[in-house]
Amino acid sequence: MTQQVSPGAHGSSLNRYAAITGEITQIPISFPQRRNWWIAFAFALTLLLIFFVSAIVVFWNGVGVWGINIPVNWGLAISNYIWWLGIGHAGTLISAMLLLMNEHWRNALNRFAEAMTLFAVVCAGLYPILHLGRFWYFYWMAPYPNTMNIWPQFKSPLTWDFFAVLTYLIVSVLFWYIGVIPDLAATRDRTQKRRQQVFYGLFALGWRGSARHWARWQQAYRLTAAIAVPLVVSVHSEVSLLFAAGPIPGWNSTVFPPYFVLGAAFSGFAVVSMIATVLRYAFDLEDLVTARHLDLLGKLLLASGLMTSYGYISEVFFTLYSGVQHDVLTLQHRLGGTYAWSYWGAVICNFVPLQLLWWHNIRTNPLPLFLIGLSVTVGMWCERYMLLVTALYKDYLVSSWGEYHASFWEWSLYIGTLGVFLVPFLLFVRFLPMISSFEIKEALYEEEERGRDA
Amino acid sequence: MRKKKGGVMREPAPHEPIFGILAEFSHPDALRDAVRKTYAGGYTHIDTYTPFPIEGLAEALHFQDSRVPLLCLAGGITGALTGYGMQVYTNLDFPIDIGGRPLISWQAFMLITFELTVLFAVLFAIAGMLLFNRLPRLNYPVFDIESFHLASSDKFFLIVFSNDPRFDPEETSSFLSDLDPVRVDQVGKAEEAE
Repeated sequence: MTQQVSPGAHGSSLNRYAAITGEITQIPISFPQRRNWWIAFAFALTLLLIFFVSAIVVFWNGVGVWGINIPVNWGLAISNYIWWLGIGHAGTLISAMLLLMNEHWRNALNRFAEAMTLFAVVCAGLYPILHLGRFWYFYWMAPYPNTMNIWPQFKSPLTWDFFAVLTYLIVSVLFWYIGVIPDLAATRDRTQKRRQQVFYGLFALGWRGSARHWARWQQAYRLTAAIAVPLVVSVHSEVSLLFAAGPIPGWNSTVFPPYFVLGAAFSGFAVVSMIATVLRYAFDLEDLVTARHLDLLGKLLLASGLMTSYGYISEVFFTLYSGVQHDVLTLQHRLGGTYAWSYWGAVICNFVPLQLLWWHNIRTNPLPLFLIGLSVTVGMWCERYMLLVTALYKDYLVSSWGEYHASFWEWSLYIGTLGVFLVPFLLFVRFLPMISSFEIKEALYEEEERGRDA
Repeated sequence: MRKKKGGVMREPAPHEPIFGILAEFSHPDALRDAVRKTYAGGYTHIDTYTPFPIEGLAEALHFQDSRVPLLCLAGGITGALTGYGMQVYTNLDFPIDIGGRPLISWQAFMLITFELTVLFAVLFAIAGMLLFNRLPRLNYPVFDIESFHLASSDKFFLIVFSNDPRFDPEETSSFLSDLDPVRVDQVGKAEEAE
């Protein structure tokens, strides 16, 4: 029984609902950039292959193939771990913090920013396992009753790390997934191909947009967001304690937790800016990721960058103010020692091009924004390297001084993790709605409502 | 028919021939209006399907279910107790004296306690959301309606379930037709067989 009744008479916003849904869901359904995607994917797969080769070499020979030694026993493995983890944090901050602050412009960015978080955290999480050398003992980190009758040392930041990263990974996956369910349903409803209907249908979990479902979904989503913000702060503060809790000159400092958290947000916003400019260019999404979004990303990048620079200044200031002999010596090693390139590389790449973001024209222009993001990404990599190596290579005892130079296999492993990041990210771009269509429509309706009330 | 507190509602039993009557609207405001009128018309077992969450709609459907937040709280408490308890227990089970420092140093235990609080709170909240929404689900009767795929795009649907005390196939569908919808469809097992 079907009755046709008069169609509702409402204006342009309705066409926009359908247009937005169509524009976003059409990308995974009939992918527009097949050739370029395959080129990028082949490149990413090559990097992934390099990762596997490098990992096998490490596991076969042990960490001796790396340049790490005593005193510098952490090297690229741990500095890259921090670099990747820091990049991940921006996705959660953009998504969760701005959701709670009702900043609707986040809706155009949060989906791919969260995807970036996931894959960056995976890259980060692999590093400590690789650094073990004997990865098959990884489960020793977990507290389980064993024949040795011992437990993990819960008073050590190294054990905290295990719980922090694991929690962060699980929470990020869940937050991202429940955020994508309604759009998976939209994709399921748009596609005509059986294979896609089954795929999206299964992962949409039978979502149908019931008002009661939405209500519980919002409860769960907002609660998770509210919990995710302090989680980010706790995770990177904990990472900084891996350093700050150690009695090493140049590490043992109370400024480290906020310094690390801000640096993490800074590097992550840089990568989000890069991804946003590339995606909007590749998929003609200028109407969804608008110049205003780039402008706001530029401001976020500038603000977090200036806060990070405060960390640099306070670190130098407190070292000089304390006058502790060895701390001053470490500072001198940073500014002029063997690894001075990493200190000045960090300062220059992080803060010099950044100043261009004071201009509105630069912020809204994708190419400069991309290049500044790239510069910050490199700069933050230098910072992580500098913080780690310059403190370790000249400890209190002159007899234990020694230099560290990353070996071929460390560099190849690092290049490989770019593949670990890019391969799943490209799959995400190819197969999932990369922008949140329902949240954009929701914001559109709320704006319309506000406009009517006014 | 059971109707628990908090707008939790049973769906029509599988043996009933009709699942409900579905009306399609093309604007959220029209849907909101229709919900209000349907309630005024004495119907209580109704639901809506919309492409995005519409503020106030759940309240209009008398939805007051705070089990998800409560479960989240319960998860948080469980996580905190688990995390702290685990660290206290393991330290008592295998005491390591580090220069006479306190064995149970709660400050050092706070980070893992916090992480597990977060982990359990989020797991409980999301599991609760799926559980109370009865998801995942492979099929649902309204999916049989041809235009229902628009419920995730730009159309807004209202359904009166057949287990509503006032439900009558003819009367209800003419009632819904009077609300100025785009169309009205009967959702039922009969159509599924086609």
